Amino acid sequence: MTRTDPLDVPRPHAQLHFGVFFQGVNHWTIWSAPESGSQIDPASFRQVTQTAERGLFDAFFLGEGLRLREVDGRIHDLDVAGRPDALTQLAALAAVTRRIGLVSTSNSTFNEPADLARRLSGLDLLSEGRAGWNVVTTDNAWTGANFRRGGYLDHADRYRRAEEFLTVARALWDGWEDGAVAGSVGAPAWSAPGGVRQVRHRGTQFDVDLAPTLPRSAQGHPVIFQAGDSGEGRDFAARNADVIFSAHGNDFDDALAFAEDIRRRLRAVGRPEDDLRILPGTEIILGATEEEALEKKRWIRRQQVTPATALGIAGLLWGIDLSDRDADGPLPTEDPVVAENDGSFGARRIADPRTVVGEWRAKAEAHGWSLRETVIALGPQRGHVGTPSGLADKFARFVRHGAVDGFNVTPYLIPDGLDDIVGLLVPELQERGVYRTEYAGTTLRSHLGLREPLTHRSAPEQRQAG
Amino acid sequence: MSGPALHLAVELDGEGAHPAAWRRAAHSPDQFFTPRRVARVAATAENAGFTLITLDDGVLPPGAAPDPVGRIGAVERAAFVAASTSTIGIAPVVPVTYAEPFHVSSQLASLDHISAGRAGWVVTEEDRPEAARAWGRPEVADAAARARESRDGVEVVRALWDSWEDDAVIRSVATSRYLDRDRLHYIDFTGETYAVKGPAIVPRPPQGQLVVLGRPDRVPAAQLDVALVEGRDLTAVATAAAAAGTPRVFAEVEVALDTPGATAAERVADLERYAPWTDRGRLRHIGSVGQLLALLDQLKDSVDGVRLHPLVLDEDLPVLSGLVLPALVERRLVARPLPGRSLRSTLGLQRPANRFAAAAAAVQEESR
Repeated sequence: MTRTDPLDVPRPHAQLHFGVFFQGVNHWTIWSAPESGSQIDPASFRQVTQTAERGLFDAFFLGEGLRLREVDGRIHDLDVAGRPDALTQLAALAAVTRRIGLVSTSNSTFNEPADLARRLSGLDLLSEGRAGWNVVTTDNAWTGANFRRGGYLDHADRYRRAEEFLTVARALWDGWEDGAVAGSVGAPAWSAPGGVRQVRHRGTQFDVDLAPTLPRSAQGHPVIFQAGDSGEGRDFAARNADVIFSAHGNDFDDALAFAEDIRRRLRAVGRPEDDLRILPGTEIILGATEEEALEKKRWIRRQQVTPATALGIAGLLWGIDLSDRDADGPLPTEDPVVAENDGSFGARRIADPRTVVGEWRAKAEAHGWSLRETVIALGPQRGHVGTPSGLADKFARFVRHGAVDGFNVTPYLIPDGLDDIVGLLVPELQERGVYRTEYAGTTLRSHLGLREPLTHRSAPEQRQAG
Repeated sequence: MSGPALHLAVELDGEGAHPAAWRRAAHSPDQFFTPRRVARVAATAENAGFTLITLDDGVLPPGAAPDPVGRIGAVERAAFVAASTSTIGIAPVVPVTYAEPFHVSSQLASLDHISAGRAGWVVTEEDRPEAARAWGRPEVADAAARARESRDGVEVVRALWDSWEDDAVIRSVATSRYLDRDRLHYIDFTGETYAVKGPAIVPRPPQGQLVVLGRPDRVPAAQLDVALVEGRDLTAVATAAAAAGTPRVFAEVEVALDTPGATAAERVADLERYAPWTDRGRLRHIGSVGQLLALLDQLKDSVDGVRLHPLVLDEDLPVLSGLVLPALVERRLVARPLPGRSLRSTLGLQRPANRFAAAAAAVQEESR
């Protein structure tokens, strides 16, 4: 591969940002290998976070699911499951880390601002400005069965609620004037008179009246992450988010098209187009040679896609229970059934199963693949495979052309899955000048190179990009 | 009962039990929210040999101007403290009057995992109408309704803790199964005001069930491990303790101790110039270390433990740590918690059987 002249690119000085996503659910995490550690032991979380911090990552990221996944009404038993409450776990990690950002996935449908905004503030203070919130909007009645209000929210209103939630949260985060709390012993009052503003909000989603109970942190507000990929989700991100956790990071052209779409949406709402970081989720598989990396990938895929998991993934595509079939045999001969998605297995996005099944059949026939081999080859794909230097070149190209700002790495092994990335890939990136050699700041906002929170901007700066 | 005569817990919220305690704090008010301070206060309590830290909380400000009007959530503080301590028990206050029991269950189970089995839960109520307006929920207006919400909330939280059997993660490579779904249970709770399906998203806590503390007049005794009882004198405390009907009983005791710089009475008088020390009908000791030791010696006959509410943390904790705990340990009235022990076992409480596993076993037995 020939290296691009680093100065002959759109963003010659761009820096790559890494986050790490401790998934805790789904088949990408290998549990069957001898080195697979606990998904709940605090030591696993500590090790991954501290490894990421050693590798100068921007953030450690925890997911959330508010109900155990099910297939055909039965609890899905093939993948890792059982994880801690994200915010609680992150508050513990704040005590054993110094720099890395701590990002919690938390739901805007089954939480209330008074509680969640305060919990996020607490994490932000305990970490001295390292908290982030990945806003998710799951709204189905199946998840609602675990909550007081049940499945109360129309799917169409999920972003309306999320946006109003953020409005209230930001008012709470801005509720204390900077310096509201006395800075000297012997002050006549603990807080300055008028230093705390009551928050009253009446909208279609919230009718609340409360006193914010926490000051702003070192980074002003927690950093807002968003992952929705629909047009509505992208617009929500363009209006509200600091970081997008996208699904567009495998293919350069796809990543660039997504990034340009987001920049267009940012300009449309009057934000500077560099106001938001795009960090696709990705798996990174490293080998000393290309062949070794590909061999490792084959091993990983066979661990991830066991015969039972292959039947499960195919079953979701076909819309029928295939668990009694032979994964090493041919593809099912039935036509797929288009089933309604009740949310019990996450957000499935198979728009046209008949077409996909047709493609699978054609390729399986051409290559002589079994069902399992077909799922491995054509099922959900993600990730980058190569040598540390090869991937460093590739990532430098991605970031210098503005296709991504970095990656949110999803390790396939817990807790050792970041070791080779930190030990081998990070030095190659540093050598190419696209990766920091030390943390310049102390907050997540500063690691990401973000401006101050949206509600703190002066009017001219807002207009400047328009 | 074997073990020490008394377990000592200490409430560490804010700057102390007195609303104006911040005026005698060793630091400026703006240092209150720093992680350094949160960790240091907890470390002092752990090093002193306390069995348990409690952390008060609620959705509303802890006080009104000119006194402190902010605090970090108790669960977040507890998790942070759990990661920076090794032996002391940690019990955040979490009211379930308005909160989602499903979230509360996940948070507390996670705290127990994080602390390797040192977690507890102090159940309280949010009884002011402002709390309903903060949550944006219809007011739970009267005492009976609040008691119902606490009862149902504790029931759901506890059932969710049992919804994973201890050995639900099987990692069966031969069958490709990570979980044994037969060891996961829907709780199917239906109460008067809501329903919860389950199972939990967090595996069963290391202790099986966290240690649940609360007032026996607010939470049914059958749901509590430790009753927190109040009374203005020893007789009232003894009467309340005898009536509690819970495995363990702790007495609430407010303390102001003589310090090298000022007597307890002087310190209280100083703070009373600004605000009265809220009277909650609790035993209150204002005086010397020796008198406190005598009081605790008497209390050991009627209760299993005491929760201390120090007047000013920065002034009273050093005295408790330097003089009171060592004297109690020397007299074998109190024992320091042992490393590696769960809070339950420190309190001499058994690890409870899983209600669902027990039910499944009974069915199996019956069908034999």
